[in-house]
Amino acid sequence: MPFKEKLARSLFFLAAVLSAAVTLAVLGFMIALSLPVLKKAALWDILSAPWSPDHGQFGILAMIVGTLCIALFSLCISFPLSLGCALFIEVTRPGGPGKVLKKIVQLMTAIPTVIYGFVGVFLLVPIVREIFVYGSGMSILSASLMLGLLISPTMILFFSQSFARVPQSDLNAVDALGGNTVQKLWYVMLPHAWRGILTGIILSFGRAMGDTLIALMISGNSIALPSSVLDSARTLTAHIALIIAADFDSIEFKILFICGITLYGMTSCGILLARGLDRKPR
Amino acid sequence: MNTGYRILKLTLILVMVVLQAGFCFASGLDVFKGENRVLRISGGTAHIPVMKEAAKRIMTVHPDIQITIAGGGSGAGIKQVGEGLVDIGNSGRQATEAEVAKYGLSMVKWAIDGVAAVIHPKNPVPSLTGQQLQDIFAGNITTWKTLGGDDRPINIYTRDKSSGTREVFWKRALKKGKISDKAHFVTSNGAMKSAVTNDPYAIGYVSVGYIDQTVAPVTLDGVTPSLETVKSGEYTVARGLYSNTKGEATGLTRKFMDYLLSPEGQEIVVEKGFIPVN
Repeated sequence: MPFKEKLARSLFFLAAVLSAAVTLAVLGFMIALSLPVLKKAALWDILSAPWSPDHGQFGILAMIVGTLCIALFSLCISFPLSLGCALFIEVTRPGGPGKVLKKIVQLMTAIPTVIYGFVGVFLLVPIVREIFVYGSGMSILSASLMLGLLISPTMILFFSQSFARVPQSDLNAVDALGGNTVQKLWYVMLPHAWRGILTGIILSFGRAMGDTLIALMISGNSIALPSSVLDSARTLTAHIALIIAADFDSIEFKILFICGITLYGMTSCGILLARGLDRKPR
Repeated sequence: MNTGYRILKLTLILVMVVLQAGFCFASGLDVFKGENRVLRISGGTAHIPVMKEAAKRIMTVHPDIQITIAGGGSGAGIKQVGEGLVDIGNSGRQATEAEVAKYGLSMVKWAIDGVAAVIHPKNPVPSLTGQQLQDIFAGNITTWKTLGGDDRPINIYTRDKSSGTREVFWKRALKKGKISDKAHFVTSNGAMKSAVTNDPYAIGYVSVGYIDQTVAPVTLDGVTPSLETVKSGEYTVARGLYSNTKGEATGLTRKFMDYLLSPEGQEIVVEKGFIPVN
């Protein structure tokens, strides 16, 4: 069936080209639309000034910092948790409890973001406010905690997958040598699985950075540069969501394309890094 | 499996039709007879309670009509109706001349609404002067202690630029003063209400129609914002609630606008805590 094969091949090729072209077209579109802004204002000003449209300042530094802080903190929170869960699923209790936990985690991936946002607003925010007796509780910390919960299923599934790929013969060898679980983990499993772990981290980081709703609902969205994790902050995604409703002709609106490119660049860096690590031989 | 699902669906539809048949008695809704389109509404969030009630009444009697209501803020309402994305774009401010010229909008004002500063009901600081309010929002007064309340920082909540509520509050109550960059941003009157309800140290502002026992209005310069004080003109932080259409409204859109201005529509306006125009 050479014809059928050829047809299939060209169809798949077309699909690949199309999806790649759309991604690149989005980048091209954003660059083209942000060029007029870049002609008027220096990129450095946009990246460093405060956001104060009434005073003619359209800097997005606070949003970039907010995005990075929230994404990084959520990663710090969910990484140890996810690693622990993955080890529980694959190593310590691979039977009943591990399977149940894995099912629950898979279920978690299906929960819409807005539910996390809701729980955050009504449950987490008041708790954070009363524990720390500072600010409104709508803070980087609250958003990171919730976002950590959101991204942990991705990480857990990625981690447990890469643990499952560790060759059984290697594990048997450790057992034969009389090694305990910790030694098995430290000397065999982690060296084998580190690439999968890194990929999981970087993809979750991208997801944390790209999430809009949780930050919009529980980080408070203030435009001041945050100075502590208990301060409110605004992410680039939330910024885009907030401005896009208001305007479509003003400079504020045009700056959004710069925000978009910045976000695009930040997530692309993460994904390229992930792909690079994936390909590198161990 | 598939047929089972289909039978279930049909049964449900039947049940709903039978249930709704019981409600077919209203009078002012007769004009909607024979309409079977989808009416899309978006924009100002202060309008939503009235829009929802009107839609509910219309759709109960005429189940063929579908009315969808979205928020987004006044700016979004004007933009979306102008771009033809929705049939009616609500705004809590008059569309600017530029917007009217660009889109050929026609405006209908169907209620008057006050915008009140609100705090948590347990907050012991129930009244402020205009100057104090401006100082709070500018970030010059930062703790409730200064005003006789608890020794906790004041959490300011504000709306994004799309908000008509923000516009009138900023102009009339804050006298176009600065709003602190520490202020939290929320995206609708509803979100503002739930933020203030959940935060004992909050100050924000909502449409008077949204005030109930979960948030306390702040008495401003001795005037408590309420239906009566807005109506009498004593409380000045007020604005009209508008619905915009691209060009003159026709068909179902026209009927909906007329319904808002009809005695029954204006009754809903009063019921939801706004001041009728007729």
